[in-house]
Amino acid sequence: MVKPLPVDGTSSEAVYQGMKRAGIDFVVSVPCLNLKEVIQMVHRDPDIIHVPVTREEEGVGVCAGAYMGGRRPAMLMQNSGLGNSVNALASLNQLYGIPLVMIMSHRGVEGEPICAQVPMGELTTQLLEILEIPYFLPDSKADAIEKIQVAWKTALEGKKPSAVLLPIPFWR
Amino acid sequence: MQRIDAIREIAQKAGQDDALLVCNIGIPCKELYSVCDTPGNFYMLGSMGLASSIGLGLALSLPRRKIIAIDGDGSVLMNLGSLATIATQAPENYLLVIIDNGSYGSTGDQPTATSKGADLSKVAMGAGNRRVCRADSHEELKHILQDNDHGIIVVKVNPGNADAPNINMCPGDILRRFMTGSYQPSD
Repeated sequence: MVKPLPVDGTSSEAVYQGMKRAGIDFVVSVPCLNLKEVIQMVHRDPDIIHVPVTREEEGVGVCAGAYMGGRRPAMLMQNSGLGNSVNALASLNQLYGIPLVMIMSHRGVEGEPICAQVPMGELTTQLLEILEIPYFLPDSKADAIEKIQVAWKTALEGKKPSAVLLPIPFWR
Repeated sequence: MQRIDAIREIAQKAGQDDALLVCNIGIPCKELYSVCDTPGNFYMLGSMGLASSIGLGLALSLPRRKIIAIDGDGSVLMNLGSLATIATQAPENYLLVIIDNGSYGSTGDQPTATSKGADLSKVAMGAGNRRVCRADSHEELKHILQDNDHGIIVVKVNPGNADAPNINMCPGDILRRFMTGSYQPSD
């Protein structure tokens, strides 16, 4: 059963609840500091298969296999990993019609302390657009719960990847 | 032994074990299609390097189904992290067979690092995989396939491609056909 979100729920709890309500039951992860708690929640959940992977492109492949085996896959990742995944997203997911939700910590935007995050941070939405991957930008915790469900529905019905971008202010 | 001989042995095992079979990009897919086309074959036409990852996702999602993935040396070298991830998960229904011909066979037979000494069976063991076998001949491959339902097999073959026809299916049809039967447990 999906538990209601506590009134004082954290951003991480909102992301986790969104995933649960979307029926996500298979998660690969490449860590980001902002995803630390979500990854722990997913890892503890007996109804979710959690596979930490070494690189996002690898995760795209593992998730494709999971979908082919009847699961609802999502990838927890930093937006920098989108660049590592481009060929697989196009020549595996888009080619065959395989859904996937990418839940991204969007670094390199407002509040970013590390300059090396900025180039990919600024390119992320343009890359998604050129890849024809629909993306969602939740503006609150409650909206994140909603948008993650919409992102999965969009991926499933469109037979393609979708993305949810969670920038630095979302996690504060 | 040529690669198509190894593929024929693996396809035969998949048939006997009612296993789903994921096949690596390029001419290996065409060779599998020519020796044994069944709905349980997934022909990976793009995403070089990800056959072992797709196989892992399938194996974890379908624990009652046997899964075999055919990969190549050039492709595994492109996704070495997959060997470490497979070791951390170690599903007992997953057999990865790496056919090592020491060359990028689909792009003009350029040599890979395995032709200069890189040893993928040692890499697989070093990545933490406990059950790794190496076959250097057709007979060895037959015996190892008989005795192993999970783990990793590295089989050495000669470079060279068979004259196999193109796969006469579109990607969406390959996926639909595969998924229609994939939920059933192996006998």
